[in-house]
Amino acid sequence: MVATSGAARLRPGRTRRTPAADQLQAGSALALGISTLWFSLLVLIPLAAVVAAAAADGWSDFWNVLTSSQTAAAIVLTVTQALMVTAVNVVMGTALAWVLVRDRFWGRRALDIVVDVPFALPTIVAGLVLLALYGQNSPVGVNVANTRFAVFLALAFVTLPFVVRTVQPVLEALEPEVEEAAQSLGASRVTTFRRVILPALVPAITAGAALSFARGISEYGSLVLLSGNLPNHTEVASVRVLTYIENGNRAAAASVSAVLLVVALLAIIALDLLQRRLRRHEG
Amino acid sequence: MSIRATNVTKTFGDFVALDDVTVDLPTGHLTALLGPSGGGKSTLLRIIAGLDTADSGTVEIEGVEASHLPPQKRNVGFVFQHYAAFKHMSVAKNVAFGLEIRKRKKADIDAKVKELLELVHLSQFADRMPSQLSGGQRQRMALARALAVEPSVLLLDEPFGALDAQVRKELRDWLRRLHDEIPVTTVFVTHDQEEALEVADEIVVINHGRVEQVGTPDEVYHQPANDFVMSFLGPTTTLNGSAVRPHDIDVFNQPVAGPAVEGTLTELKRIGFDVRATIDTAGGEHVTVHLTRTHADERGLDVGQRVWIVTSAERRPVAQTGLA
Repeated sequence: MVATSGAARLRPGRTRRTPAADQLQAGSALALGISTLWFSLLVLIPLAAVVAAAAADGWSDFWNVLTSSQTAAAIVLTVTQALMVTAVNVVMGTALAWVLVRDRFWGRRALDIVVDVPFALPTIVAGLVLLALYGQNSPVGVNVANTRFAVFLALAFVTLPFVVRTVQPVLEALEPEVEEAAQSLGASRVTTFRRVILPALVPAITAGAALSFARGISEYGSLVLLSGNLPNHTEVASVRVLTYIENGNRAAAASVSAVLLVVALLAIIALDLLQRRLRRHEG
Repeated sequence: MSIRATNVTKTFGDFVALDDVTVDLPTGHLTALLGPSGGGKSTLLRIIAGLDTADSGTVEIEGVEASHLPPQKRNVGFVFQHYAAFKHMSVAKNVAFGLEIRKRKKADIDAKVKELLELVHLSQFADRMPSQLSGGQRQRMALARALAVEPSVLLLDEPFGALDAQVRKELRDWLRRLHDEIPVTTVFVTHDQEEALEVADEIVVINHGRVEQVGTPDEVYHQPANDFVMSFLGPTTTLNGSAVRPHDIDVFNQPVAGPAVEGTLTELKRIGFDVRATIDTAGGEHVTVHLTRTHADERGLDVGQRVWIVTSAERRPVAQTGLA
């Protein structure tokens, strides 16, 4: 058997440039330019503006806003609830995706469609539904209005599809032979899942978790009715931002927003590192 | 007998994949399960491995009744057509998988992996990921992975089916040599009769869920049990109402003694060193004859000639006709 790796290096050199190659480069440069401009207009410039606005009144004002007990409590509540919901989604979302892909049961296709409803529903409608079902006059006898669990419930509701929808296609693309190979090599079902299936799903789970967390810390509509927005208890960061704006304190609103931005970035970086670490460990 | 399948039947809905199949596959041999697609040969292999369950019938491996054992307990190495590589693991980790499951000592695992990678000529690729290998290399990795657990039988399901012709040929020569080196009982599924004839010690011809014939490559080729085996194992043509191999017929441009058939040479195709002649006989048959170029030149054949054809007398008796 001849090693083929050498052949790749023997491709003709790229010294001669054909007109076609130049056109292609011009085309892709244009595409890059347009993409960068679009991304800048929509994302980079507004984000920079938020950070600039937050810093407009100086560091001490920024710091005072964040350390005011009510704002600090709101940020802590938002982040902890988003983390908890993300953790639950990682497990339940993967399980739901598994059921949708691997199990054959009556109503599977219906469930597959319904999974997207929390994502498609206007969040305030979701909030209304949750209030009607789990509020003071709950028809099922469960009243979680004005509690922190209401925040968790609302976040869990709206972020449900993320992990399901990222994991599902990857799970569908997994070849059954790979699992059969593991089994014939002696791996139990649990070992096969842990060592063969899960590592293949990790990138998708991570992506879903990042989306889920980001949505969690930014959520407003679905929780605003049921949680009651009690200061220092059930008030979340986005409600704080709105309150600051309503009171004409834009700099303070920008400060809280900047913190949420940093938290979201940190979460995405952390998940990316975790994913790389898991991969290296397995490889 | 290393593998014994007895009265195995398997249906998928209305489709009968295996119909009361009984085969004995001897220890240490390289056996081919040969047949057309959908004939049931892969199903039989998967039932032996425990990846599918038979509706009825039993499977014995090395004298142990295995019908109710899960695949993990059968000590069978299985190689899939599309490699079934663990994509997130390096080549070495893929090969080590079965040993790690068995909680062998790290030093033992490393030694075994090194030995196997040398055997399949992949030592320099130990740290690559499967995606960085060619198809042939991936299949050799899969083979090393299956051999690592020292299986009592090695099962290969169309192992070269996804590879291009050149690599396929290299790999089957290599499989033959490997089997001579490590004589583990090996069964491979193929629909390519040339592959089976070239590589196997023994061929089991399977069609429509039934075993048509079991025998050495020579036996199934030269003494086919029926028309199906005759036509599946190689080319056939009809002479005097009987099926004959086209290269078992000789052509002369003058009358010969004996039971020769007279006809007209209507077509002469030269394909490299092969020459294919078509002769229309007086009886209305279109007989195809395969000759070597040297042979055809000696005979001085030309289109439009009157010729006399004879089946090579020393060859096998021919099966009765009725072929498609």
